[in-house]
Amino acid sequence: MSDPLGLIFAPGFFESSPVQAALIAGGIAALVSGVVGAFTVLRGQSYAGHALADISVTGGSASFLIGISPLWGFAGTGVFAAGVMDMIGVRKPRGRDLATGIVRGAGLGLAALFLYWDATTTNTSGVAITVLFGSPFTISNGVIPLVAALSIVALGIVLVGYRPLLLSSVNSDLAVARGIPVRLVGLACLIAIALAVALSALTIGTILSTALLVGPAATALRLTSRPGWATALAGLIAVAATWLGIVLAYDSFTWPPKHHGWPVSFFVVALIFAGYLLAQLAGRDPGRRQER
Amino acid sequence: MLFASFMANTWIVATMVAVVAGVVGFFVVLRGAAFVADAVPQGAFAGAAGASLLGVNTLVGVAAFAVAGAFGIGWLGRRGGRDVATALTLVLMLGVGALFLSFTSQYSDEIFSLLFGEVLGVSSSDIVPVAILSAACVLAVMLLYRPLLLSSLAPESSAARGVSNTKIELAFLIIVALATTLTLPVVGALLIFSLMIGPPAAARSLTSNPLSALGLSVVLAIVTVWVAIAASFETNWPVGFFVGVGGAACYAAGRLIVSFRGSRVQLSQS
Repeated sequence: MSDPLGLIFAPGFFESSPVQAALIAGGIAALVSGVVGAFTVLRGQSYAGHALADISVTGGSASFLIGISPLWGFAGTGVFAAGVMDMIGVRKPRGRDLATGIVRGAGLGLAALFLYWDATTTNTSGVAITVLFGSPFTISNGVIPLVAALSIVALGIVLVGYRPLLLSSVNSDLAVARGIPVRLVGLACLIAIALAVALSALTIGTILSTALLVGPAATALRLTSRPGWATALAGLIAVAATWLGIVLAYDSFTWPPKHHGWPVSFFVVALIFAGYLLAQLAGRDPGRRQER
Repeated sequence: MLFASFMANTWIVATMVAVVAGVVGFFVVLRGAAFVADAVPQGAFAGAAGASLLGVNTLVGVAAFAVAGAFGIGWLGRRGGRDVATALTLVLMLGVGALFLSFTSQYSDEIFSLLFGEVLGVSSSDIVPVAILSAACVLAVMLLYRPLLLSSLAPESSAARGVSNTKIELAFLIIVALATTLTLPVVGALLIFSLMIGPPAAARSLTSNPLSALGLSVVLAIVTVWVAIAASFETNWPVGFFVGVGGAACYAAGRLIVSFRGSRVQLSQS
């Protein structure tokens, strides 16, 4: 323990294969969530992001039943639900949260049924906990390439459509006047959100997918008013919080009361929340200054 | 069997739950607060884990977390966007819940029923607390009916009349927290909001008079819960499934009726 790094990284941290998988997959999911999250917060679609994460779980529980890879269940259902939300009026700000809630209600109702069938046919009663909380230490190395590929799709949508997306998020009237297909852009953004949250729900759990989508982006938007900086900063904060959370969770294996480790999601959420509060205290002045 | 004596408690509690959900849900829809109605129960669910850790009554843990969540959303929402505040409060509560769950291992059997509802396990001793809480909820809404309505429909004119919108918002959040505490064990954390937004949204699209919309919302909520319980009893499937799908069906029916009416009006005009 004379090595100063040994105090932070408990022995065996970098050699452990579940930790490596968690660091890689968690890092990818966090980066995508942070970047896509900047637009989620700008557009006021936090609820849609949260709902899509939960609905993707419906697909995950269904995929256990029919025996396909959970990844396709998660991602496919998320994208499908994004389409339904757009169809029944997610665009109008007034009815948007209502439509989101209705879709989420129907989705979770189905999830209840699928989980019940899962539990009665395969006797896996732990599924409910996995659904709600998830755990990053259970990812297999095999799914990482696919997760990375789908993450690139989500990032690609945001980066390719960056300008029209930004304009239609900040001022949709101006975007319409410039001839930007606002509705199409909105749907593309919702699909990017759906992919981002589905991937992070699968790899690091649903609590973290909402936390990483909204928290870092809201913090970054407090610290800087430049959208480009905010997007990059959100990605950075998300990755930092995730990695630090994994390190702390690994360290906590020796902590009381049970010596089997505190959950990663608790650490990451606590870090993100603390960051947001700090940014709110610190952010008022710089925000003013940068407006110029 | 469906009306056997051991089911009597279930019918009584479920009806009270539906009345509260219909009344509170009407204001949830009016204020566009679907996310709040969703986040408070889901976060409060984590309180049940804390209660089981400390060995106190589940309802106490749920109530403590629900009220804490309401204050958290109110406090954070004043300084930033409400949806961001709601999302962050929710994930913080769930994160703490995950921590509690990792400390206790005896709890997992109860989780499914708290998430998705358990109607058959209602005992006579559950009725009294549920009755008191639902009476408190309905009474609070009745007392605050006018200011709530005004600040929901026209926040500016409500502020001009000296009604503090922040205070009303906080009162509303606490009412949602109360309603949550009492509906959670019956309908389940994930689907309370289905009951709180499906029937009221349908009622609101069918009539524009606030009082009759409120009444219709209660009636639709009761019908949804009754049908859900009967179907759940017959099929043995989780009641949450029927409530979730029933809520969405209410909303869809309301939308269909409105669009049918709308097209007829447009036709007669042209």
